[in-house]
Amino acid sequence: MPLLDVRDLAVHYGGIKAVKGISFAVEEGEMVCLIGANGAGKTTTLKAIARMIAAHGEIRLRDERLDRLPAHALIGRGLALVPEGRGVFARLSVAENLAMGAYHRDDGDIAADLARIHDLLPRMFERREQVAGTLSWGEQQMLALGRALMGRPKLLLLDEPSMGLAPLMVQKVFEVIRAVAAQGVTILLVEQNAKLALEVCSRGYVMESGSITIADTAANLLADTRVRAAYLGG
Amino acid sequence: MVYGILGLINFAHGEIVMIGALAALAAMKPLAASGLPGPLVALIALAVAVLVCMALGFAIERVAYRPLRNAPRLAPLITAIGVSIVLQQLAMLIWGRNYHSVPALLPADSYEVFGAQINALQVIIMAVAALTMTGLLLLVHRTRLGRAMRATAENPAIAGLMGVDVNRIIALTFVIGSALAALAGVLVSANYGIAHYHMGFILGLKAFTAAVLGGIGNLGGAMLGGVLLGLIEALGAGYIGDFTGGVLGSNYQDVFAFFVLIVVLIFRPSGLMGEKVAERA
Ligand SMILES: Nc1ncnc2c1ncn2[C@@H]1O[C@H](COP(=O)(O)OP(=O)(O)OP(=O)(O)O)[C@@H](O)[C@H]1O
Ligand SMILES: [Mg+2]
Repeated sequence: MPLLDVRDLAVHYGGIKAVKGISFAVEEGEMVCLIGANGAGKTTTLKAIARMIAAHGEIRLRDERLDRLPAHALIGRGLALVPEGRGVFARLSVAENLAMGAYHRDDGDIAADLARIHDLLPRMFERREQVAGTLSWGEQQMLALGRALMGRPKLLLLDEPSMGLAPLMVQKVFEVIRAVAAQGVTILLVEQNAKLALEVCSRGYVMESGSITIADTAANLLADTRVRAAYLGG
Repeated sequence: MVYGILGLINFAHGEIVMIGALAALAAMKPLAASGLPGPLVALIALAVAVLVCMALGFAIERVAYRPLRNAPRLAPLITAIGVSIVLQQLAMLIWGRNYHSVPALLPADSYEVFGAQINALQVIIMAVAALTMTGLLLLVHRTRLGRAMRATAENPAIAGLMGVDVNRIIALTFVIGSALAALAGVLVSANYGIAHYHMGFILGLKAFTAAVLGGIGNLGGAMLGGVLLGLIEALGAGYIGDFTGGVLGSNYQDVFAFFVLIVVLIFRPSGLMGEKVAERA
């Protein structure tokens, strides 16, 4: 049984069909990417899985139907989303943002997890008293990642973690993502930077105007002429 | 506070203060007749007012505001005005149009402090105000609940992802705000010795002015604004007769709230402690 199983997911905004009945699955421990052009429906797909917008279709985490749960119940089931763009609470301090990540938890390991996050992201420890809105864009992306990890997710949804970052920062962010994956967290990665995404993931789905058009291993997608022409610059 | 979490100016807040005052009064009358000691009567009446207003705040949020959570900003604003009219009329039906005098339940002896006359009630009012303000600041800035409130204020969708039950937090905010409104109502009516169905309007306006003066959505700012507005009013009322050659007397005290509101809105709309509010995309 896959960890995440999405069937016939459809979302429309008013009359616009943004996602047109897609099905896909992510196995436990996998790192899978969803690539596609602007407006293909990638963000909408992640938001629908995280129950931030109304959708049709079935979404299962293991054998539990997520589409019947309210959004705030998902993190307790092990699902975390790092949203597109600025997702941190700008007026809360870095430490408070990280604490929000563990909001649903009442186990005794929160302090230990915080220490792990600080090892992984030393900058966040230096800046813990600082208001998150004053961090650089890249640091905010790191903080958003750290905050999601504080929730101890089994499945991490990442929406364009490379967006708006300088190449060096992109590398750093992806190093962290790899480290997280190495710890056994399953990852569904949405990226416009298809080359980057396919290099770190084992499988990928290509999304075009609301539908999944190609599903294959990352190696095959990197070699696919259609993918090369459309997303990898020839 | 409610504004901070919801981005909604709760114009009905003043009416909740009024209901608190009148509910306390209604509870006070039979209790006072029973011969219980005054301070105990005052405490029970306060408890009744707080409970009534908490229930009221909860109901208002459910019925009037929650359905409009995702509507354009103007809709809940108009609803707030509607709610405030409904509450006023309701209070008028229950308690009538007349002014009710509030029995003095505390000794009225006054002491002289730094040349000012001050009685036990006023000492209590100041102590309670200081305590609730400190308590509120601690709640909002130092507790897990307060953190969730601020996170919800900033981005409810993302707070939801963290496991925050946004509906619950917002309802709770309304209930806490209403409990404080009840407290304010009891203190204000006790201080002036009078309560009536129309008292909420001017109180709501002054609270709004204090919040705008301090920087709206900023709790510490609202408190500072409240103190400043009080000072401006007191000094203004004291000297207005001199400035205007006796044409306007201290009964024009309430004019200052409007005046301050207009001045702040023109020259510093973000308030004293407010940051520039970037329009949310
Ligand atoms: N709130 C909304 N209301 C109406 N239409 C929307 C809304 N959000 C997205 N859309 C539309 O839905 C489609 C899919 O948008 P989505 O944000 O999912 O794309 P995306 O693949 O994430 O794109 P990008 O790579 O630019 O982030 C687009 O046509 C977009 O215009
Ligand atoms: Mg997107």
